[in-house]
Amino acid sequence: MTTAMRDAWAQTLIDLAGDNPDLLVLDGDLGTSTRADRFAAAWPDRFLQMGIAEQNMVGVAAGLATLGYIPWLSSFAVFLTHRAVDPVRMLVAQTHANVKIGAAYTGLLTGFTGKTHQDVEDLAIMRAMPGMTVIAPGDATECAAAVRWATATQGPVYLRLARDAGPDLFDGSYVFEPGRVIPLRAGSDVLLVSTGPQTARCLEAAEMLATSGFSAGVLHVPCLKPVDAAAILAAARGVRLVVTVEEHTILGGVGGLVAEILTEHEPRQLVRIGIADTWGESASNAFLLDRHGLSATRVAERVARELAGVGSSAGAAS
Amino acid sequence: MTAASGDVEANDVEASDLEALARRGRQLVIDSVAHSGAGHIGGPLSAMDLLVALFFRVLRIRPEEPHWPERDRFILSKGHSAIGLYAVMALRGYFPVEELATFDAGDSRLQGHPDMTRLPGLDASTGSLGQGLAVGLGIALGARLRGLGFHTFVMLGDGETQEGMVWESVQVAAKYGLGHLTAIVDCNGLQQYGWPAAPGEEGRGDRRDPLAGTRLGAALEAFGWRVLEIDGHDSHAIVEACDDARASAASARPTAILAATVKGRGVSFTEGRFEWHSRVATADEAAAARAELDLVEDRRA
Ligand SMILES: Cc1ncc(C[n+]2csc(CCOP(=O)(O)OP(=O)(O)O)c2C)c(N)n1
Ligand SMILES: [Mg+2]
Repeated sequence: MTTAMRDAWAQTLIDLAGDNPDLLVLDGDLGTSTRADRFAAAWPDRFLQMGIAEQNMVGVAAGLATLGYIPWLSSFAVFLTHRAVDPVRMLVAQTHANVKIGAAYTGLLTGFTGKTHQDVEDLAIMRAMPGMTVIAPGDATECAAAVRWATATQGPVYLRLARDAGPDLFDGSYVFEPGRVIPLRAGSDVLLVSTGPQTARCLEAAEMLATSGFSAGVLHVPCLKPVDAAAILAAARGVRLVVTVEEHTILGGVGGLVAEILTEHEPRQLVRIGIADTWGESASNAFLLDRHGLSATRVAERVARELAGVGSSAGAAS
Repeated sequence: MTAASGDVEANDVEASDLEALARRGRQLVIDSVAHSGAGHIGGPLSAMDLLVALFFRVLRIRPEEPHWPERDRFILSKGHSAIGLYAVMALRGYFPVEELATFDAGDSRLQGHPDMTRLPGLDASTGSLGQGLAVGLGIALGARLRGLGFHTFVMLGDGETQEGMVWESVQVAAKYGLGHLTAIVDCNGLQQYGWPAAPGEEGRGDRRDPLAGTRLGAALEAFGWRVLEIDGHDSHAIVEACDDARASAASARPTAILAATVKGRGVSFTEGRFEWHSRVATADEAAAARAELDLVEDRRA
C-alpha cells in the first residue's frame, strides 16, 4: 500500500522538528483529518490548536513568523485559500512571510464531502499571488521532499496535498527543486502535461493510448510557481498536440499556465482537460473522475479523439 | 402555550411521539452513514431532538409545498450534520425515507453538506462553518423589508461559534433589531479534533469543551441578544423556547437558544466521543446501535 500525502506530510514534519526548533504546526480543528494529530502526539509543545477560525490562524502564523518561527498550517485547502484568502494575501504573500500552507483535501477526491470542500480553484488563486511558491506533489515521496525544501526555504509556500494514496512515481533519490518540470514518459504524438495525483492517471492513460497506437509523453509539473517555462516549451515542440490534465478547474491551473507560456512564446492549439468551469459534488472517487473526464480511461478516450482532429502522423487511427 | 403550528396544519404531535421520531431519526442517521460509507454521526445525533421538535412542532412549513413564500425558514449552519436534517425532512414528508440511501452518492439531492440548489426545502447551502447565521440575518432582514411575518431559525454548532463571521452576524442582527431571527446553538461540548481536556478539567469525553472558559450566553447578551438556556434533548423545553422566541419577535432583540446536548446522543458508544464526529459505523456497530435505539426508553423518564 502506498502512502498518502497527508501521512507523508505529517511524518516529515515530525522528522524535521527535532533538528528545527522553530518548526510549529497550527491546526484549524482538522488535525484528525490532516494528520496533524500525529505531529501533536509527537511534539505536543510545538502544536498549536487554533480552533475553527482560519482567518485568525493565518494571522497568528504571520505573527509567529516575525519571531523566526516556521509555522505550518493544517486545514482543508478551501478554508485556507478561500475563507482565509485575504489574510493569506495581505499578511503572508504581501509581506513574504515565512508561512507554509499545508492545504489538505484538495481537488475533487475529498472523501464524499462535496463541492463545499472540493478545492478546485486553489492553484489559480495561489498562483496569482506574487511571491507565493505553489507546489502540487505527485506522490508521497515528492510531497516529503517538498516539505523538507519548504521548511528550509524562506518565504510563503502553498503545498497542495491529496487526501487519498495513489501510485508511487518517485524513489528515495528524489530531490525537490522549485520550478523543475519532470518528463516521466517520452512520446511523439501528444504531450500530457499534468500535476499532483493526476500525473499518475496520465501515465496510465499513456499506456492505454500506446495500445491504440498513439505515442503519448507525460510531463509532470510539481511546482506551478516558479516554473521552468523553457522546459515546457521544449517538451511541447516534439509533439503534434499538447494536452493539459488536472484535478482542478481548467481556468488558471496547469491549463492556464501552459496556455500562457505557449501563447506568449510559440502559439499553438492546446487542449485543457480538467473541471470544466463547474462545481463538484459528493460522490465516490471513481464517479467523480469519470464524471469530470479525469480517469485514465476518460483521459485516453478524449486524447485519442483530439488527436484524430489534429491530422494524422505516425499514430494509428482509433 | 399556543401550538406553534398556527394556521398551518397538523404539527401537533405529542412529546412522546417526538421522542419516538427522534429515535427513528437517529437510526436513519447511523444506517445512512453506514450505507454511504461516509458522513458524520456525533453532530447529527446531538441535534436530533432539536431537529425533530423544529420540524414537527415549531416550524410553520408545508413539506408538500417547500417553496411556500410564507414558510418559516430554517438553516442548518453546522452543515456537516446534513444527514440528521435529511432524516428528519424525510420523516416529515419532504421526500421518501428510501431516498436516504442515496446520501452522498453522485447525482443525489442529498449531498454531504446541504445544497439548496438540489434539494427543495433547504433555505441555504452550508458546509463551510460560520456562514449560516449571516444568511438567516439576510432572510430576516428581507422578510421585514417585504412585510412577511415568518420566523427564521438558524442552528449552529458550539465549535462553530469560534468562527469570526458568526460574531459579525451577531452584531449586525442586533443592530437591526431582528427579533424574528433565532439562533439555536447545539452545545454538545465537542468539535472535530479540538483541544485535549486538561487533567481534572470538566469536559465531555476526553476533549475540552469548545466553550470551556468562555461564557457564550453572556457574550451574546452583551451584544444585545436574548438568551435562553435549555436541555437540548427535552422536546418540551425545545418547543417552549422556540415559541418564546417567536412570541418575542416584536421585542427587537434576536434570541439565542443555547441547547445543552450530548454529542453522539442516543447510542452508548458514540455519546461524548470526539472520534465519532465523522466515523462510519461498522455493520456490527450499526446493528448494536439499532438495537439500543429500539430498546431504550426515554432516559429522562
Ligand atoms: C470553516 C470551516 N472550518 C472547518 C470545517 C471542518 N469541520 C467540520 S465539522 C467541524 C467541527 C464542528 O464542531 P461543532 O460546530 O461543535 O459541530 P458538532 O459538534 O455539532 O459536530 C469542523 C472543524 C468546516 N466545515 N468549516
Ligand atoms: Mg459541537
